Amino acid sequence: MTDTTIPENLTAQGSNTRKRFKVNTSAIVMGLYLLFLMLPLYWLLNMSLKTNTEILNDFTLFPRNLTLDNYRTILTDPSWYMGYVNSLIYVVMNMVISLSVALPAAYAFSRYSFMGDKHLFFWLLTNRMAPPAVFALPFFQLYSSVGLFDTHIAVALAHCLFNVPLAVWILEGFMRGVPKEIDETAYIDGYSFGGFFVKIFMPLIASGIGVAAFFCFMFSWVELLLSRTLTTVDAKPIAAIMTRTQGASGIDWGVLAAAGILTIVPGALVIYFVRNYIAKGFALGRV
Amino acid sequence: MQKTVNQKAWFLVLPVLLLVAFSAVIPLMTVVNYSIQDTFGGQFYPLDDKLMWFSDLLEDERMWGALQRQLMFSGIILAIEIPLGIFVALNMPKSGFWSSFCLVVMSLPLLIPWNVVGTIWQIFGRVDIGLLGYVLDKIGIDYNYTQNTFDAWVTIIVMDVWHWTSLVALLAFAGLKSIPDAYYQAAKIDQANRWKVFRFIELPKMMGVLMIAILLRFMDSFMIYTEPFVVTGGGPGNATTLLSIDLVKMALGQFDLGPAAAFSLMYFLVILLISWVFYTVMTNLDKKGM
Repeated sequence: MTDTTIPENLTAQGSNTRKRFKVNTSAIVMGLYLLFLMLPLYWLLNMSLKTNTEILNDFTLFPRNLTLDNYRTILTDPSWYMGYVNSLIYVVMNMVISLSVALPAAYAFSRYSFMGDKHLFFWLLTNRMAPPAVFALPFFQLYSSVGLFDTHIAVALAHCLFNVPLAVWILEGFMRGVPKEIDETAYIDGYSFGGFFVKIFMPLIASGIGVAAFFCFMFSWVELLLSRTLTTVDAKPIAAIMTRTQGASGIDWGVLAAAGILTIVPGALVIYFVRNYIAKGFALGRV
Repeated sequence: MQKTVNQKAWFLVLPVLLLVAFSAVIPLMTVVNYSIQDTFGGQFYPLDDKLMWFSDLLEDERMWGALQRQLMFSGIILAIEIPLGIFVALNMPKSGFWSSFCLVVMSLPLLIPWNVVGTIWQIFGRVDIGLLGYVLDKIGIDYNYTQNTFDAWVTIIVMDVWHWTSLVALLAFAGLKSIPDAYYQAAKIDQANRWKVFRFIELPKMMGVLMIAILLRFMDSFMIYTEPFVVTGGGPGNATTLLSIDLVKMALGQFDLGPAAAFSLMYFLVILLISWVFYTVMTNLDKKGM
């Protein structure tokens, strides 16, 4: 007995000291990296809580006269806060459209092989590679000619260009993990394809759907070039409205910073729920 | 998983095909159409030399300059972000509260609208009101990203590293977590040192996700527009005018549809070509089960 316990103790101790040492250097590295990430964000937050006089005249690390006026300006002025509403409307529309077309397609790719499936899959990916700058002008003309210019649906459809391929890829990755026997058993039990898909299959890949939705949200939320090109007034996203702080009397830095902080909030809220799946999503379901 | 051959699966793919055809094929065909015609006052005129815009483009120094800058930009950020991302991933806590904490904080920059990223760094680098610019100025470094080419480049590169390194780190971290403990135990028995563990266990196991990271970072950095545009506006002069910035200037600014369309197609083809190479390597790695 003693013969076996002593070496175990030794190895445990050995790995313990090594671990303690490793944790320390790692903690320093991570600390520095997170600091690097947080500093610019802190600075934005800091500015958003200051008055313009303080921003321009005193260089302070903390706001001296803490003020929420900048946020009040945004949240009481419809021309400001409608930007957030517009952004959210087209982002949600895009999420719904992308997911509803991507779900059956991803199922087809994950379960069946058919003529041209591999080429089709790569072709979908090429749309993720298309520079939005290439599409800005044709989109502008296409949506103007069908009378969709400056509507939420136009932006939502335009964002499908890169979100649909992404959603198909992510969902396909998650669906591959579900054993095919489940499909077969369900059919034997008398489920129709639709019934099986909605009642049995979708709950099984619920986390995958969540992740795909998150990524559609994310890429639609951060994109500006297309959403700005396709809107003028009625559907103008918040990111485009921000540029108007450059008024005649110079830039209203405080309000600009507050608007910036408010655009970060929705992302920060949803990130918590998908934190363990983010990498899988970015890896197009391939981790 | 063995897949069944079923041609009816096309019906399931049909909605995606229709949607993507509407939002990708029609606009792309418009671009092709422009690239071989001349526009004047909303009217189209056929070109005498069908490929005039393309041959013009190949002799255009402005385009070559932008392409060169673009390749340099993508090269530099890949050279920084990939090693740095792997390094960060190796140092991340593997489980528990701090792991989640790191994941959430690191994902934060990824969810900031791109022009807000630009705005953040535009403010951060200003000598009068930005922390970075102010500190650099105080310690005697002459820093001005609107006037000095080198400073402008450093700013947009640091900004991109700030914005996207986390993506590489997250992917590498996911790859690392999928390595079974048995591998490390075997390495311990063989008395492999830290470098050997990294070189022969961790790196090969991360290869698959790293290829995806490189593919994504290459594609996205090659089409970057908003962030550098907000920070430098392509200046000073043309020093940071990357391909997208130049293209938007040409298409929406000057409304030179023909040349801009030829430019677009060339641009898209370059991305497609390089991404295809990455994709082929990636799927081959996939087949090997990595």
